[in-house]
Amino acid sequence: MEKLVYLDNAATTRVSKAALDAMLPFLGDSYGNPSSIYSVGRDAKAAIENARGIVAAAIGAQAGEIFFTGSGTEANNWALKSAVALRKDKGNHIITSAIEHPAVLKTAEYLQTQGCEVTYLGVDKFGQISLSELENAIREDTVLISIMTANNEIGTILPISEISKIAKARDVLLHTDAVQAAGSIPIDVAEMGVDMLTLSGHKLGAPKGVGVLFKKKNLKLLPPLIHGGGQEHGARSGTENVAGIAGLAAALNYRVSQLPQTKLAAKRDRLVAELLKIPRSALTGDPVNRLPGIASFVFEAIEGESMLLMLDHFGICGSSGSACSSGSLDPSHVLLAIGLPHEVAHGSLRLSLSEDTTDEEIDFVVEKLTGVVAKLRKMSPVWDGE
Amino acid sequence: MYSEKVMEHFANPRNVGELETANAVGEVGNAKCGDIMKIYMKIENDIITDVSFKTFGCGAAVATSSMATELVKGKTLKEALNITNKAVTEALDGLPNEKIHCSVLAEQAIRAAITDYYKQQGNDPLPLVGCDLDCEGCGGH
Ligand SMILES: Cc1ncc(COP(=O)(O)O)c(C=O)c1O
Repeated sequence: MEKLVYLDNAATTRVSKAALDAMLPFLGDSYGNPSSIYSVGRDAKAAIENARGIVAAAIGAQAGEIFFTGSGTEANNWALKSAVALRKDKGNHIITSAIEHPAVLKTAEYLQTQGCEVTYLGVDKFGQISLSELENAIREDTVLISIMTANNEIGTILPISEISKIAKARDVLLHTDAVQAAGSIPIDVAEMGVDMLTLSGHKLGAPKGVGVLFKKKNLKLLPPLIHGGGQEHGARSGTENVAGIAGLAAALNYRVSQLPQTKLAAKRDRLVAELLKIPRSALTGDPVNRLPGIASFVFEAIEGESMLLMLDHFGICGSSGSACSSGSLDPSHVLLAIGLPHEVAHGSLRLSLSEDTTDEEIDFVVEKLTGVVAKLRKMSPVWDGE
Repeated sequence: MYSEKVMEHFANPRNVGELETANAVGEVGNAKCGDIMKIYMKIENDIITDVSFKTFGCGAAVATSSMATELVKGKTLKEALNITNKAVTEALDGLPNEKIHCSVLAEQAIRAAITDYYKQQGNDPLPLVGCDLDCEGCGGH
């Protein structure tokens, strides 16, 4: 196959040089267990505490507020489950949005089986929740609001600091899933006013299998999700993924140093402008408040998986929220939540860029995708254009 | 996840497009579910002399349509009605489990086209085709 044109950075990213350099010692000579007292153990421990400080600084937190986990999914699970446990005296009502990642939605559904009540806020065509609807959804027994900082499928950035004002006024905890946002837009937990925040390493240039849960200092210690040897202040057991943690910190630090992603956003805008020249195509998500790297579309009368397979033929990697690509009967819950009819949502395509994406790659994708859409429409019984 | 045969049929679908000379057309599936297959047939003396398809759907939907047209070409209607979704699947060296419904759709599309033909001839298709083509909704998936 020819050169890979990787435009699926919202799915996962290549490990950055900064991350790899930070990790290598712990995959080599510094292999000690961070809980051991001799020097290789202490080195590992020091690396974790160093990483904790770096992550804290990158998001405006304190080191003691950073807990490393095994994934973004775990951090989301932990945030929701512990908010419910911490506030059980106040009630058991949770508010979240219809466009959250399954790591939040499925956890909320699980909590419903455990007696919690959950309100899923709908969104407008841009993927934005209504703040007044949020306000009205808050009840006496509401313990947690969990709204993502930015959506993974359509790139919409949500107004977390506005949401925080509402949550604070009503004494409700606020968690945000910042997995897609971190490293792409500035994250400051104080400015955002959140009590808990989730990060994931592999979306920002660190390896897979390492995440972070930020928990505000004044919030009681979270009840552990994983019990054992008492690592992470007793809150999250399991011998630490030292290399992964060091990699996450270095990757995040590097990405934050590159903000704002103006060049990336300009490339995204060019890709969007070129692809919208295709007849009966549309951008999904918020055209203004959107992540710099995410371009997401629907193309009428064709199906997403076919598009992906044809793009793959040219070495182009993207993703789709069509039912066939997700292995379910329905297209993605996010595309349905923004009001797309099923038949249109089946024709979705997400291209997510990185700082390594070149202008030549964008030209190549525009040329190939334009051809792919035309070819698929030609064989589509629902396409009535020429 | 797909066999080489599926990928080959997807990349180079046989008999694709609208058949000008068709005297029977069958369409199954619906856009809401994400797949629609339309099969065009030219039937002469109970033999399918030419066939083509148009499909909206995933890679497997395109490949099964393409394979279905190959399997029925030159066959008598009776032979064509004996082509099962299993035969389509086997001819493609298998399909992932969640894509079996595409082969079902292909079988139904063949039946729908032949039903259309019988109806035009003034024959009751039901005893001949033996399927009421429950192609509404996503139930068949
Ligand atoms: C918004 C969002 N939240 C959570 C996750 C899950 O993170 P992880 O893959 O680290 O479990 C992802 C990525 O899949 C995501 O995009």
